[in-house]
Amino acid sequence: MLSQIRPAIVMIGLFTALTGLVYPLAITGVAQLAMPTQANGSLIEGDGTVIGSTLIGQNFVSDRYFHGRPSATTAPDPADPSKTTDAPYNASNSMGSNLGPTSKKLVDRVNAAIEAEFAAGRIDVVAADAVTTSASGLDPHISPQFALAQASAVAKARNLSEMQVRALVEANTEGRVLGVIGEPRVNVLLLNMALDRLK
Amino acid sequence: MTSIGLAQIAIVLIAVVVAAIPLGGYIARVLAGERTLLSPAFSPVERAFYKFSGVDPAREQSWLTYTMAMLAFSVIGFISLYALQRLQAYLPLNPQGFGGVPADLAFNTSISFVTNTNWQNYGGETTMSHLTQMLGLTVHNFVSAATGLAMAFALVRGFSRAESPTVGNFWVDLTRATLYVLLPMSVVVALVLIALGVPQTLQGSIEATTLEGAKQAIAIGPMASQEAIKELGTNGGGFFNANSAHPFESPNAFSNMLEIWALLVVPLALAFAFGRAVLDHRQGRAIAITMMIVLVAGALVAYWAEANGNPLLTAIGVDPSPGNMEGKEVRFGVATSALFATATTGTSCGAVNSMHDSFMPLGGLVPLFNMLMGSIAPGGVGAGLYGFLVLAIIAVFVAGLMVGRTPEYLGKKIEAREMKLAMLAVLIYPLTVLGFTAISVMLETGLASLNNAGPHGLSEILYAFASTTDNNGSAFAGLTGNTLWYNTTLGVAMLLGRFAYVIPVLAIAGSFAAKKKTAASVGTFPTHGPLFIGLLIGVIIILYLLQYFPALALGPIVEHFALFAGKTF
Repeated sequence: MLSQIRPAIVMIGLFTALTGLVYPLAITGVAQLAMPTQANGSLIEGDGTVIGSTLIGQNFVSDRYFHGRPSATTAPDPADPSKTTDAPYNASNSMGSNLGPTSKKLVDRVNAAIEAEFAAGRIDVVAADAVTTSASGLDPHISPQFALAQASAVAKARNLSEMQVRALVEANTEGRVLGVIGEPRVNVLLLNMALDRLK
Repeated sequence: MTSIGLAQIAIVLIAVVVAAIPLGGYIARVLAGERTLLSPAFSPVERAFYKFSGVDPAREQSWLTYTMAMLAFSVIGFISLYALQRLQAYLPLNPQGFGGVPADLAFNTSISFVTNTNWQNYGGETTMSHLTQMLGLTVHNFVSAATGLAMAFALVRGFSRAESPTVGNFWVDLTRATLYVLLPMSVVVALVLIALGVPQTLQGSIEATTLEGAKQAIAIGPMASQEAIKELGTNGGGFFNANSAHPFESPNAFSNMLEIWALLVVPLALAFAFGRAVLDHRQGRAIAITMMIVLVAGALVAYWAEANGNPLLTAIGVDPSPGNMEGKEVRFGVATSALFATATTGTSCGAVNSMHDSFMPLGGLVPLFNMLMGSIAPGGVGAGLYGFLVLAIIAVFVAGLMVGRTPEYLGKKIEAREMKLAMLAVLIYPLTVLGFTAISVMLETGLASLNNAGPHGLSEILYAFASTTDNNGSAFAGLTGNTLWYNTTLGVAMLLGRFAYVIPVLAIAGSFAAKKKTAASVGTFPTHGPLFIGLLIGVIIILYLLQYFPALALGPIVEHFALFAGKTF
C-alpha cells in the first residue's frame, strides 16, 4: 500500500489541475467568448438594471400580473437565523416541498390554494400546476390552462379586454417541438413583460 | 399515459442505444491500451502523468496490488477533499464568502464524492465556494467515475484472460478512462448544455430587480462544466440544491433529454465494451438487453403511477390530466420526469429533475427498488457492469445447480471461492440498508429529521440508506440529512456500499484471471440467448424481492393502499 501512496498523491494533484482547473476554466473561456448570453444566465436588462433571467421564475403577487406556480423555497429567518421562513422564488436556495402524496400538509395546502384562487376570481378550472409547488421552487413556466384561467382577472385589473389578454397568452405559449419534445408552457416573466408593453 | 409521453421516453432510449454500441467499442479499445482517435492529442499528457507519478504503465498489478492502489487513491482523495471544504473560507474563488464546511458535513460530503455517490446533505448554492465546486467536487466527479470504470475492467480482464497473475494497472486504467473517455465527452456535453442555456461564469450571484420591484438574488456559477460530468460520470451531485430541476441546470426539454442520455450512455456502452473485450459480442448484447428490459419496465411503471395524478387532490377539484405535478417542473412534464427518476436510479447517478419524495407511492417505489437492486440497469459507470457480472455469476451458478453441472461463465469454472465472494458482495447491501434503517426508526434523532409522517416517513429513511449504500445519491429530500446522526451513518453506508462491495469483486477478478479457460462444449450453458436473459431477470427479482419485500410492504406499498382509501398522515 505504501508504494501506492506517491502515485496517489501525485495523481490527485494532476487530476485536480486538469479536471478542476484547466477543464472548467477553458469551458468558461469558450462560453464567455462564444455564447455570452447563455453563459451569464440569459439575463433580461431594462434601463441599465437586471430585471431577471428568462430561466428563473419570479414571485408575482400583484393582481395586475399573471402569477407563477406556488413555490416552496425558504430563506433564513431574519429574527432567528437558526430557523427558516417562507420566501417564494428565492433564487439562492432552490428546493421543492418534498411533501409525499399522502401528506396532510400537502392536501391542506392545496385546498387553501384552491380557495384563495377562487376567492380572487382568478380561476375557473384548477390546473394542476396552479396549486402544486415545482421541484426547484423557481419554475419559470405555467401551463397554458393556468395562464388562460387567469386572463379575465388580469384583464379586469388592467382595464383591458379579456380577448386582448387571452390573445397575448396564446402568443406567448410555446408548444412541443415537432409535436413531441417538451411540454406546452408559458413563460410567466416574458408574458408579464409583454403585458406591460400593451397599451 | 399519453402516446406523446411514451414517444418522449422512446426517443431518449433509442438515442442512448444508438450511441452506446460504438462507444462501447471505443471504451474497450481505450482500456485495452490501444491507440485511438484521440491519442495524438492526449498521449503526451498521459505519458506526463505516468512520469510525474512514477508509474510504469507496462507493469501490471495483481488483484491485491490493484485494490491497494485504488484504496490509496480513494484515501488521498478523501483527505484532500475534506481539507478543501474545511479551509474554503481562507481560499480564493469564494465570491459569496462562505465559511468552512462543518466537520460532520465535510466528512459526509467527502465520502459522498470519493465513492461516486454524491449524496447531498449540503445545499450547493448555500454552502460550497466556487473553488470547492471546481477543485473538489468536479474533480471527484471525474476520478470516482474513472475508478469505477477501472474496477469494472479489472473484472472483465478476469474473464478475458487465462492463467494470468495480473488484472491490469490501476493507474493506467484511471488515467486512460479519464483522458480518453470522460474528459472529451464532458467537453462536448458541457458546450452543448451552454448553448441550450446552462450558465458558465465565475460570478457568484446576480442582483435582479423584479418587474414588481422586489430584489431577487440569483445564484450562478461555473455549472455547465460540472453538469456535464455529473451526468456522464453517473455522479449526480448538483451545483444547486434542486439539482437538475433547477432551471439553470436544465433549462428546457432538450437539455433534459441530453442529461438523461448522458447519464445512461456510458454504463450501457460498458456492456458492449465487455462483449468486445471477451471477444464475443453476443455476451455483451445479452447483458445490455437485460439491463434495458429492467430499465424500460421501471420507466413504464413510474410513468403510469405519476400520469394519473394524486387522487386526494383530484377529489378536491384539481385537474388530474397533467399527472402528479407536485415537485415537478412544467417544462419537463410527467413522462420525462418519470424516465429521469428511473434512469438516475437504474444507474448510480442520483441527479434528479423532480422531487422523488413527492412521487406517488408506486412512482417512488420504482427508484427505491432500482437502488435496492444495486443500480444495475444499466448501472453506474463501471459499478453497473461489475454489479451485473456478479449477478450473472449467481445466475449461472443457479442454472448449474438445476441441471447438476459445474457452472461455467465464459469458460471460467465458478467454484466455491467465487460464489462465496459473490454472495458476500451481494449481502453487504441488505445488512447495511435494513440495519441502519431499523436503528434510525428506533432513535429520536433519526425520526426528528422526517418531513413526512406515516408510511412515507419510513420510505424517506429507507430511501436514504438505499441511496447511500448503493452509491446513488438521489434522495427523498424531505429527510433532513445534515445532522450528526445521518451525516455519520450515511457516510458509513456509502463506504460499505462502495468498498465492502468492490473488494470481493476485485478478489473474484483475480481468481478468474488465474483460472484456465475451458473450451465451450455442447454441455455448456449458453449465456447469450433469451433463456439466459430470462434466468438473469428471474434471479434479480427473486434475490431482491426476498430481501426487501417486507420493508417495501411497510413503506410505499401500504402507503399506496392508504392513499386509495383516502387516508392522509
